[in-house]
Amino acid sequence: MYTQAMDTAPKEERKAVRSAEEALLEARFEARIDDGGFIEAKDWMPQHYRKTLVRQISQHAHSEFVGMLPEGNWTTRAPTLKRKAILLAKIQDEAGHGLYLYAAAETLGTSRDQLLDALHTGKAKYSSIFNYPTLSWADIGVIGWLVDGAAIMNQVPLTRCSYAPYARAMVRICREESFHQRQGFDALMVMMKDGTEAQRDMVQEAVNRWWWPSLMMFGPPDGESVHGAQSARWGIKRISNDDLRQKFVDATVEQAKVLGVSVPDPLLQWNEVRGHHDFGPIDWDEFWRVVGGHGPCNQERLAARVKAWDDGAWVRDAALEHARKQATKEQAA
Amino acid sequence: MSTVQNEWPLFEVFVRAKAGLDHKHCGSLHAPDAKMAVQLAREVYTRRQEGTSVWVVRSSDITASDPGDKDMLFDPAEDKVYRHPSFYELPDAVNHM
Repeated sequence: MYTQAMDTAPKEERKAVRSAEEALLEARFEARIDDGGFIEAKDWMPQHYRKTLVRQISQHAHSEFVGMLPEGNWTTRAPTLKRKAILLAKIQDEAGHGLYLYAAAETLGTSRDQLLDALHTGKAKYSSIFNYPTLSWADIGVIGWLVDGAAIMNQVPLTRCSYAPYARAMVRICREESFHQRQGFDALMVMMKDGTEAQRDMVQEAVNRWWWPSLMMFGPPDGESVHGAQSARWGIKRISNDDLRQKFVDATVEQAKVLGVSVPDPLLQWNEVRGHHDFGPIDWDEFWRVVGGHGPCNQERLAARVKAWDDGAWVRDAALEHARKQATKEQAA
Repeated sequence: MSTVQNEWPLFEVFVRAKAGLDHKHCGSLHAPDAKMAVQLAREVYTRRQEGTSVWVVRSSDITASDPGDKDMLFDPAEDKVYRHPSFYELPDAVNHM
C-alpha cells in the first residue's frame, strides 16, 4: 500500500520569470517526457516537478509506515499461528515499501531526517485511511481486500511514472503487494464460508465501515483535484482519480458477490449505457475532516509513530557510535 | 529527534539473484556501517528469496559520470556501426559466421 491521490496540499504558483537557459532546459525536459522518456535523479528538472515528487513520494512513504500501526494492533490477537505469520509478513512488507520510497524521495535532494521530521511534526500528510480504527479481526481481512485493493489500483499506473527512481520502487512494491490483497480476501472467505453467523456479521460490519473510506483513497473528484492536471502533464499521474475509483468499484462489486457480502450503498447499480456501476455520493466533508487531522485516530497514530521514533533513538545512536569506534580501531591497527 | 549529523550514512545495495548472474543495483538504505548494511539489505531487499549474495557500498564512494556529459561520452559510438556484426553482408553460404 498505500498511496492515496495525495494532491491535498495547497496549489503553489509557479514562477513566471525564467532565464533563457532555464527555459531551454525546461523545453528539453518537457520534450523528454512527451517522448515517454524517464527522468533520473541527476538529470535537470524544474523545481516544481522536484517539489511535487518529494511531496507525493514522501507522503506515500509515510503512509506505508503509519499503515503498519492499525495492523500491528492485531498481531498478538490473530486467530491462528498461520494468520499471525501472514500478518507479520505483510507488516514487514509495509516497512520495506516505506524504505524503498524514502530512498526514492532522498534521490531528489532531501534527507531522511527532514522527511521523518515533516511526518512527526504533522507537517506532512499520509493516507487518510489509516486514521480509522481496526475494531475487529474482520477489519484486517477487509483492509487487505479493500484498502490494499484500492492501493494497488492507484499504484500500478505509478510503475510508469516519469521519475525513474519512483517508478522502480513502485515496480518492486506492486510485485509484493498482490499477496496483501489476496491474503485479506482469503481471510474473509474463510469466515464467510466456514464461520459462524456472528463471524459473518462481523465481516459485513467491517465492510460497511471500510467501504466509503476506501473509495476516498482515490482522492478528491477530478474537478477539485488541485495538482491533477500538472501531474498528468508530467507523467507523474497517469490515470485520473475518478477513473481509478470507477475501476475499483467495478472490480470490487463482483468480488463482494463471491464473498457473499453487500456493499453499503443503496444507489449502487449497474449502468448498461456506461458499462460501469453507478454509485452514491461520497461524503467529501468527512474526507477533508480526516485529512485535516480530525479523523477518529489521527492523534493516536501520530503519537504512536513519534513514540516509536523517540524510543528507538538510543539504538540508532548506539549503532552509529559502535561503527565510529570500530572505524577508529581499524585505523589505529 | 536526531539531527542530520546523526543520520546513518547511505549505502547502495547490489544483489545477485542466483549463482551465475551479475550483482545488480536494487536500491539504497541507511545503515551505521557496512556490516549492518548487509544485514539490513537482507531484510529490505531479499524477503522473497530475491538473492543469494549482497554487495553494499557507501553511496559517497561511488563516482558517476555527469548526465550533462552524456552526449560527449556516449555519442561517439553512434556512428561506429562497423563494430556490429550486422554491418557485414556476407554471401549466404557463409552468412551464419
